[in-house]
Amino acid sequence: MTEPLSVLAQVEIRDRGGDASCEQANDLFCPGWAIENFDRYVDPTLEHLVLVGASMAAGFTIAFALALLAHRFNWLSTPFLAATGVLYTVPSIAFFFLLLPITGLGRTTAIIALTAFTLQILFRNIVTGLNGVPGEVKDAGRGMGLSDRQLLWRAELPLAVPEIFAGLRIATVSTVALATLAVFANGGGLGVPIYEQIEFKTNIIVAGGLCMLMAILFDVALLLVQRALTPWLRVAR
Amino acid sequence: MTPELPLSVLGLFGEAFEFIFNEQEAQTGTVMVGGPEQVLELAWEQLKITAYALALSLVVALPVGVWLGHLGKGEMAAVSIGNAGRAVPELALIAFMAAVIGVGVVPLTIALAVLGIPPILTNSFVAVRQVDRGAVDAARGMGMSEGDVIRRVELPLAVPLIMGGVRTATINIVATATIAPLAGVLTLGDFILSRNVYGDEGVLAGAICIALLALALELALAGLQRLMTSPGLRLQRA
Repeated sequence: MTEPLSVLAQVEIRDRGGDASCEQANDLFCPGWAIENFDRYVDPTLEHLVLVGASMAAGFTIAFALALLAHRFNWLSTPFLAATGVLYTVPSIAFFFLLLPITGLGRTTAIIALTAFTLQILFRNIVTGLNGVPGEVKDAGRGMGLSDRQLLWRAELPLAVPEIFAGLRIATVSTVALATLAVFANGGGLGVPIYEQIEFKTNIIVAGGLCMLMAILFDVALLLVQRALTPWLRVAR
Repeated sequence: MTPELPLSVLGLFGEAFEFIFNEQEAQTGTVMVGGPEQVLELAWEQLKITAYALALSLVVALPVGVWLGHLGKGEMAAVSIGNAGRAVPELALIAFMAAVIGVGVVPLTIALAVLGIPPILTNSFVAVRQVDRGAVDAARGMGMSEGDVIRRVELPLAVPLIMGGVRTATINIVATATIAPLAGVLTLGDFILSRNVYGDEGVLAGAICIALLALALELALAGLQRLMTSPGLRLQRA
């Protein structure tokens, strides 16, 4: 782990004749190094985006299907909650290696484990959102002659949007942070540069900072989409 | 080894259990690894570091969250800290603490507490805040002091939500304690991180033990939550 750094340090010493530069001293943050070497973080950032995007897409699709089933057949709620709870509790890094004999290591394995992590948060919020729809709304919908399916898509789901997006935001932000561990599954992402030079502080700050920035941007983007999907809430305010 | 064949799938799992229950020679030779003794020792280390970090999180976050919730102030801060906490990348956090403060139990405990404090703070704030104001007024009318109101009315009613926060914190902490070897504390994660020593069977054995440890902790806390919830609240739910 320390090899890349020590090699770097030796080269620096020869080049600059013992001049104690910032990165040699491993100071808290070396802006010069960060600017000069920023391009090495581009690919890991893109890989990180793929990890999070794929996990969230798969997680939402599965959780949405499970939630609709649980909404239709109430008795399924408890077993689904228990099953997704187990998947949530098993630490992702353990999950990667539980999959080792089945899918080997790589991006797919990382995405499967991250997807499993998101399910409970998403499932719980979608179900809570659907259950929170007032009975009067459903009665009014039925009175207008809506079928069960029309009621679901035109009344219940739109009203559940704030709760569903709350779940999406929590799950996405957590997944962005968690995806740094994908490096252990050979899944790429921002964990790779962190792990490669794990004692170099500037490196940790740049990669960790990019990760947090990505989480914030996802959070804001999802909030904006939610606002766009619920125009009636803005009118009410 | 060909992981594609179903038989060899069973094979590697079988070897992993063999690794857990019987000591064997390391991939690098000479030393003996695995076996119940090493597994239990590393599990105990992971449990200990989890307990330290959870205790630190509770000491810091619970009084602050409950007090702010009681006063009804600082909602922005309590909720933002919870949101920000989720965005902290685990690997960068552990690496940063190890690089800046150093390796060992103390920096690691602090790093893990960074993951435990936000959910406990936010949940205890929300838990106390949402206690029925009528119940609080009634308690004051009975002549209870502010301390009594918190201890005898607000806290018992807040238990389920507070425990929700504690459980989230525990899962975060025990999961991240897996990469504790990066900060110089050997936990079950060592089986996973030192693949060259333990081999694939050791890695899989580590993953199985970590998963079981996390599930056992979660079950224990769920049971504790049930014990701590007042019978009156349980009746209300039923």
